[in-house]
Amino acid sequence: MLKSIIIKTFLIEIGELAYFARRFFKELFKKPFEFKELLRQCYSIGNKSLLLVGVTGFIIGLVITLQTRPTLEEFGAESWMPSMVSISIIREIGPVIIALTFAGRIASGIGAELGSMRVTEQIDAMEVSGTNPFKYLVVTRILAATLMLPILVILGDAIALYGSFIIENTKGEVSFQLFFNKVFNALEFGDLIPATIKTYFFGFAIGLVGCFKGYYCEKGTVGVGLAANSAVVFSSMLLFIIDFIAVFVTDIFFEI
Amino acid sequence: MNPNQNIQEKKEPIISKKFILEIKDLKKTFGNNHVLNGFNLELFEGENLVIMGKSGSGKSVMIKCLVGLMQPDSGSIKVMGKDITTLNRIDLDELRTDIGFLFQGSALYDSMTVRENLEFPLRRHKHKFGNISDTAPLVIEALESVGLVDAIDLMPAELSGGMQRRVALARTLILKPKIILYDEPTSGLDPITAKEIIELMKRIRRQYKTSSLIITHDVDCARVVSERMILLVDGINYAEGTFSELKASKDEKVKAFFK
Repeated sequence: MLKSIIIKTFLIEIGELAYFARRFFKELFKKPFEFKELLRQCYSIGNKSLLLVGVTGFIIGLVITLQTRPTLEEFGAESWMPSMVSISIIREIGPVIIALTFAGRIASGIGAELGSMRVTEQIDAMEVSGTNPFKYLVVTRILAATLMLPILVILGDAIALYGSFIIENTKGEVSFQLFFNKVFNALEFGDLIPATIKTYFFGFAIGLVGCFKGYYCEKGTVGVGLAANSAVVFSSMLLFIIDFIAVFVTDIFFEI
Repeated sequence: MNPNQNIQEKKEPIISKKFILEIKDLKKTFGNNHVLNGFNLELFEGENLVIMGKSGSGKSVMIKCLVGLMQPDSGSIKVMGKDITTLNRIDLDELRTDIGFLFQGSALYDSMTVRENLEFPLRRHKHKFGNISDTAPLVIEALESVGLVDAIDLMPAELSGGMQRRVALARTLILKPKIILYDEPTSGLDPITAKEIIELMKRIRRQYKTSSLIITHDVDCARVVSERMILLVDGINYAEGTFSELKASKDEKVKAFFK
């Protein structure tokens, strides 16, 4: 009985989210366009996550290199380190981990912000003043998250590779030029393009879920906390589903 | 003698016999909860109509249906002759510029300054003022009418409850609405500030020549501002009349409102 209720609630949630996404695409191409607010959101979302993404990327690079190096050394294959690290960071670890930290920061932020606007009737106030709050609040935030995450992932990947280079340089005395020569020799467009494309979907999912949870927030201030919390949980779960689909599709087209 | 008594005596006869707002047989149900059961209302041009009712009697649902925030199950809502239940989004947004709404909690945009709060409704509706590029005079005028020009660059969090309510009223006035809907305008305010807001409501009515629909629990507020009152009980018009008529009623349910 409880199981069927949980499944039913989950399916209803998915259905409502799909309807919300449909509304986003419908409103996206309708005038008036909120360019100023979009730019403000891009700056706010991108800038807010910059430090977090930088630190996360740097630590990913350090940790992967430190953890992998002893194993490669055992087989005398430490010269493969730049290729191995770059492929794993660019293809999978960079996008997924940076997207997860982005979800923690942005989905919860959007969920809480829109949720508190909902419970304090600010969204209703926009509506009755003849402004479309969905366009002003939701479309701009989803679009900003979609556009900003790929840029942040590229930046995070670069910082992660730099972190990896620092370890390689310290332990293996590899020069900057040699390290990055090996990195670029190992990477192909087949690694970079699908990884970048999937980050647009990650960004879209994070923005969509954050806005969805906040926009339909209920139950007063308790609801705001719940909206922020469930936005992170739901968007993180969605990231893994999208990642699986992306890897599956990439495997068909690029034969990884 | 109560100072509000004087204000009531000075009421100006500015009411016309033309309906500006007409609600017929409005029904709204949430699950098994029948909130509105055929509510009717007529607001005349220039009139101040007060609606009183217990919590959960359907006042807020009714006022939300009135501005299109909720869709009623049945019934018609005509604002200046247009049935808002049948309007498309663009026409509804246009009509909303003629309806001001003062929210119970003020609902100021807390990430914007007072100036930005007031400029916000103008973003999409400058055509009402001949597409002016400089909105500052309109903002100043609205703030002057609530006596808060000095607060123009403050954030809502820096304002007291009464000041927030006045800024919210200024934001309502910026589009020069023909009707103002007040949702509990004095709730959560101390008696002195509440009296100031009531004074302001009267002054604004004179200055902007608006019609007002006021939802309130505050008997003092109702006495001072109302020309006519409707008591809403179980989603229907239970009693209707002037303040003194209703106060003199022998009906127990009506008497309960004035205790």
